[in-house]
Amino acid sequence: MGMTITEKIIADHAGKKEVHAGELVTVKVDLVMANDVTAPLALKVLEKYGIDRVFDPDKIALVLSHFVPAKDIKSAEQAKIVRDFAKRHNIKWFFQEGEGIEHTILPEKGIVVPGDLVVGADSHTCTYGGIGAFSTGMGSTDIAYAMATGETWLKVPATMKFIFYGKLQTWVSGKDLILHTIGQIGVDGALYKAMEFDGEAIRSLSVEQRLTIANMAIEAGGKSGIISPDEKTIEYVSQRAQKPWKVYQSDPDAEYEVVYEWDASKIEPLVAWPYLPSNVHPVSESTHITIDQAFIGSCTNGRIEDLRVAARILKGRKVHPYVRCIVIPASKQVYMQALKEGLIDIFLEAGCSVSVSTCGPCLGGHMGILAEGERCISTSNRNFPGRMGHPKSEAYLANPAVVAASAVLGRIAHPEEVVGKEVLEEVFA
Amino acid sequence: MVIRGKVWKFGDNVDTDQIIPARYLNTSDPYELAQHVMEDSEHPDFAKEHKEGDIIVAGRNFGSGSSREHAPIAIKYAGVPVVVAKSFARIFFRNAINIGLPIVEAPQAVDETQHGDEIEVDLDRGIIKNLRTGKEYEATKFPETLMAILKAGGLMEYAKEKLKANG
Repeated sequence: MGMTITEKIIADHAGKKEVHAGELVTVKVDLVMANDVTAPLALKVLEKYGIDRVFDPDKIALVLSHFVPAKDIKSAEQAKIVRDFAKRHNIKWFFQEGEGIEHTILPEKGIVVPGDLVVGADSHTCTYGGIGAFSTGMGSTDIAYAMATGETWLKVPATMKFIFYGKLQTWVSGKDLILHTIGQIGVDGALYKAMEFDGEAIRSLSVEQRLTIANMAIEAGGKSGIISPDEKTIEYVSQRAQKPWKVYQSDPDAEYEVVYEWDASKIEPLVAWPYLPSNVHPVSESTHITIDQAFIGSCTNGRIEDLRVAARILKGRKVHPYVRCIVIPASKQVYMQALKEGLIDIFLEAGCSVSVSTCGPCLGGHMGILAEGERCISTSNRNFPGRMGHPKSEAYLANPAVVAASAVLGRIAHPEEVVGKEVLEEVFA
Repeated sequence: MVIRGKVWKFGDNVDTDQIIPARYLNTSDPYELAQHVMEDSEHPDFAKEHKEGDIIVAGRNFGSGSSREHAPIAIKYAGVPVVVAKSFARIFFRNAINIGLPIVEAPQAVDETQHGDEIEVDLDRGIIKNLRTGKEYEATKFPETLMAILKAGGLMEYAKEKLKANG
């Protein structure tokens, strides 16, 4: 029986010729990651058990991303715990505040490469599937164990395959394809499963957009999301890889639990309404919804292409007077590139605030928290109750073009409504 | 071990942001986390009003979202001895077992349990009994390894020997 790309990566890391869905295996990991929220708990576990070593300081990434630059004293202390540990153990991939979000940094700097098996104490660790790695989120105890031993146990997930054929409409992006998927199968539709994406429309996407798709596999309950590498992946990786990589592909006779085929040309930009990422509606049915805030950033959509798209909409325009628009480049590298291209000027001139790279308001941490009853359209990944602030605030999820267009019109908008039109529609009666 | 307690009933998709909002994640002190458990859920007063030993009974996909281990920790240190749900999100499931918070999957029991009921959960036998109706339900069986981790009190306790052997 053939194997999926996921099964092949797991088999190689388990030292086996073959594994199949349902098997429990122990695997060696190529990288263990934690951030300023999850690492302190993991380090506490190590301390409790008297373990003052790591299996390999070159295979650990500690990234201060969530509540930094420290938003309060407690956050500063959490960050300090991680900082001190990284220094003491000579952790190779330690990133301080301002360097960015782990899921942006690790592929961008070639620290994660195709064929890797990565575990991280952050649910969006599944992002690296976008370049053909197997990566999955775990909690702090699992990560403590992996940091100490270089191993973890896994149940080999069954794979669900999602094929998108056809050509994408203008302003439709990877974000819309993953929102469509979650809308179709639900927030637990891929519980415990690997999600494999393929088809003409997926192949037409840049690597950055593929990272967006894999990033939100967790929003369907998935253990991982993956897109097998192609020329685009290799081009992306070869410019940055810090180590050799290995390309895996699913066998033609690999076994899938289910295969979905969708016509991508029928999909318009989508918006996930509160309070679940599966509550997906076409943007055309969402234009009555006024907004107080627009957020462009996060590990989902804070990369350079996302900022380019947003800047294209915002160039020469103004953010609606009753809306604040917050732009957070997801890494320092993205920030510097945006500066070079003049995108930051465009955002500032349009009336946006631009912040240092951080997770920021995505998880209601800082840099743009919502008050009771306020509404935000966001390029991030979750719209749960209280996710971005007050439990009675609302988050709507969309792609960067829709968020930028909405920032201009003060209500949820299709980018076409803004581009080419100079008159702002008055929506606040 | 048999656990008996009063039920707090929750719906489907109780995510980790509801269990422990991110605004409280600037600490890893378990008792401080416990003070805010379920604060953004349908029972925002849970932390104040529940009694030690009360049981959380919830619908599908409990613990979805973030990988924050703070979520099962907050529940455990709030004195909740077990969570019964129709299903658990993957990372929460692992985290709960790893920190030694008993969890039980029993869809029918959830459907037929009301807020305020008293139930008995026999962890070893995997049986849930509703003391109001007298009805018994069988829980989904977990693999032996997972039960062993749970019984040891969590992953690290379970792994102690192995870590020692590795030096």
